[in-house]
Amino acid sequence: MTTAISVSGLVKTFGRTRALDGLDLTVRTGEVHGFLGPNGAGKSTTIRVLLGLMRADSGDASLLGGDPWRDATALHRRLAYVPGDVSLWPNLSGGEVIDLLGRLRGGLDQRRRADLLERFDLDPRKKGRTYSKGNRQKVALVAALSSDVELLIMDEPTSGLDPLMEAVFQECVREERQRGRTVLLSSHILAEVETLCDRVSIIRAGRAVETGTLADLRHLTRTSITAELAGPPNGIGDLAGVHDLVVEGNRVRFDVDTRELDSALRALSQSGVRSLTSQPPTLEELFLRHYQDAS
Amino acid sequence: MTGLTGTGPLIRLALRRDRVILPIWILLLSVIPASTVKAYEQLYPTLADRMSLNNGTATNPSVAVLYGPAYDLTTPGGWIAWRYGLFIALFVALMAVFTVTRHTRAEEDTGRLELLGSAVVGRFAALTAGVVVAGGASVLIGVITSAGLVGAGLPAAGAFTLGLGIAGAGLVFTAIAGVTAQLTEYSRSANGLAICGIGVAFLVRAFGDSTASAHWVSWLSPLAWPQQAKPFIDDKGWVAPLAVVVAVVVAAVAYALVPRRDIGAGLFAGRPGPANAPRSLSSPFGLAWRLQRGSLLGWAIGFVVMGVIFGSLADGITGLIGNSEQVREIFARMGGTQGLVDAYLSAIVGLFGMLGAVYAVLATLRMRTEETAGHAEPVLAAGVSRYGWAASHLVFAVVGPAVLLVIAGVSAGLGHGVHAGDLGHQISHTLSASLVQLPAVWAVAAVAALLAGFLPQVSTPASWAVVGVAVVIALYGPAVGLAQAVLDVSPFVHVPKLQPGTDFNATPLLWLTGVTVVAAATGLFGFRRRDIG
Repeated sequence: MTTAISVSGLVKTFGRTRALDGLDLTVRTGEVHGFLGPNGAGKSTTIRVLLGLMRADSGDASLLGGDPWRDATALHRRLAYVPGDVSLWPNLSGGEVIDLLGRLRGGLDQRRRADLLERFDLDPRKKGRTYSKGNRQKVALVAALSSDVELLIMDEPTSGLDPLMEAVFQECVREERQRGRTVLLSSHILAEVETLCDRVSIIRAGRAVETGTLADLRHLTRTSITAELAGPPNGIGDLAGVHDLVVEGNRVRFDVDTRELDSALRALSQSGVRSLTSQPPTLEELFLRHYQDAS
Repeated sequence: MTGLTGTGPLIRLALRRDRVILPIWILLLSVIPASTVKAYEQLYPTLADRMSLNNGTATNPSVAVLYGPAYDLTTPGGWIAWRYGLFIALFVALMAVFTVTRHTRAEEDTGRLELLGSAVVGRFAALTAGVVVAGGASVLIGVITSAGLVGAGLPAAGAFTLGLGIAGAGLVFTAIAGVTAQLTEYSRSANGLAICGIGVAFLVRAFGDSTASAHWVSWLSPLAWPQQAKPFIDDKGWVAPLAVVVAVVVAAVAYALVPRRDIGAGLFAGRPGPANAPRSLSSPFGLAWRLQRGSLLGWAIGFVVMGVIFGSLADGITGLIGNSEQVREIFARMGGTQGLVDAYLSAIVGLFGMLGAVYAVLATLRMRTEETAGHAEPVLAAGVSRYGWAASHLVFAVVGPAVLLVIAGVSAGLGHGVHAGDLGHQISHTLSASLVQLPAVWAVAAVAALLAGFLPQVSTPASWAVVGVAVVIALYGPAVGLAQAVLDVSPFVHVPKLQPGTDFNATPLLWLTGVTVVAAATGLFGFRRRDIG
């Protein structure tokens, strides 16, 4: 099997709100898939549908070859889930929660548990209510990472972690991938997505707006160009992929889609280039564009 | 910044959050007494009717245990003070406890108070807001009750003695809840402690009201004050001020405790737990057991105490009848001393059943609180089936009340048998009378499960409404002459009374069990099919 998660045309409404509006998502087996989108875009709803905690109104979803709603219990033994907002039982210790969740899934690797507790610097003896947000998150992470499962579903797992722990987390996810596990990682942290994810999907208002490898997406970004030319610019405004052009005498400033960069530079050099500054494309810009754009 | 800064906005926030529940409490509780003046006049139109009610009921000590002393049932006011004085005070006390805890400890428990505490809010603001809202509601209930009774044509002095006595009981328990909110870390245990206080107050006055040589003991219980003030008879106007003084003293303790602890912490510091889970914590049932065992243990202890005390009161009851020839005749017709004791025991096992239903609904709704707290999600995403998870909690609603009723039946039999002799017979009698309540208890819990399955958003208040309606109909329906069709709504009405000489009829028990199975199964089916969260 090469697809771990396959979702098409998923719709879920809450009263008048349309949380998922025909969502498509494909996660290949063995990849770390970034799942991005602004707050309220439908990331957590998608994950809950995939976990069988919610039932979609229409559309198809398949998880590890099964139906997430019908086969929920059997599928859950093959996956581990880290919720975005970890809520622990106030009177159970962190260690008890880790053991409980692991045992419910059918057992956990004690060596790996001990190793993870040390790496995440987590005291398993504290009671649920005395943990800080970051430490509650660590409890859920240790529980998920020390189980022997095929698929990890993580909903903003690093919110509340300090930079040191963020690094430990990234290391752990890389190890998981080396073991051949599939990871669906919902995240807002671009550095995390850039270093960890093989492919990403961006969703907005319940629909997938971009999906592909990071290289693909980088290709979709724009480069900012500022140039001083020997003569007046000609024809740059007519080029495809050039945006926000400002001309002041012999100076030009514009953004260009990265795939049209070559033709834009050709057009500039026809006028003779005196100086040129280009700002490289960043994923951040792409995300901001997708996060902000209305509809 | 003084300790009270921000109290005003917190009060407004509390009123806004309680804008539905508080008016319901206030209206329901303050409308009941005045609305039954008519019923009294219709049921007992002539003085002769009233005299015979007075002679039959007022002198029956087994009735005094549950409803309080009946000083004079020949006037509507006296009748209402007896029938509702204790009952309304009890519910006002519950309202006060829930309200204070909701705006103090529950806010800390969930971390919301921290959010507010970082804004400009003084150390005592949350406590003051909770106390003002709960105390204000108590006073409002008292005043509306009084005004309603005056409006129904009763004397103003008596109406206000009763109404303000009820408000006073509410104020004292407002203050007590203020203290328990400081003691423990969890709102659940703060509520539990305060409700224990209400239970103790109820038992203390049950003892006082039914023991001829110790009537003064009732004065130790704030719940007895509305009746002890003898509204419409003596109108002891100083009882309400007494309640205010006691409430202020108790509240002072709460305020003294606040600066002695950190936000979020109780006075008793928590200890670290084990690094590894015990073997028992490996299944959804293991988790449910861990979460519910403390509450079950607390209830079991309460049922032992209650059973022993109520049981041991049974024998002394006949001593209260007095020497009036007429009264002795009435009781002789009721079956003599033995009949009186049997009637008393049947009334208290009925009470066990109702309290058992409160436990069963709490155990059922634990499912819903686990869900709203976000605790259900990780478990249901870890290979636990919906049915398995729900059943693990429902086991407590099924087996828990059975355990409690066995405990109450046995301890009541013990308490009674030690005095009356024939221990074996007494225990088997009270035990079977207590266990007969079980199908009614289950039926109430099953309706709660049905609501949790199909109407999760409203399941908590709706379930408590079901409990309230079932209890009120069973306790007060017959007295105000409700139609049989309405009485039949309450499962407790169908429980057969185990009295010698009457045939035992198992049919209603089978019906109730059938209703239970169908409602619970339907609830589970709904829970399997709906969204979580």
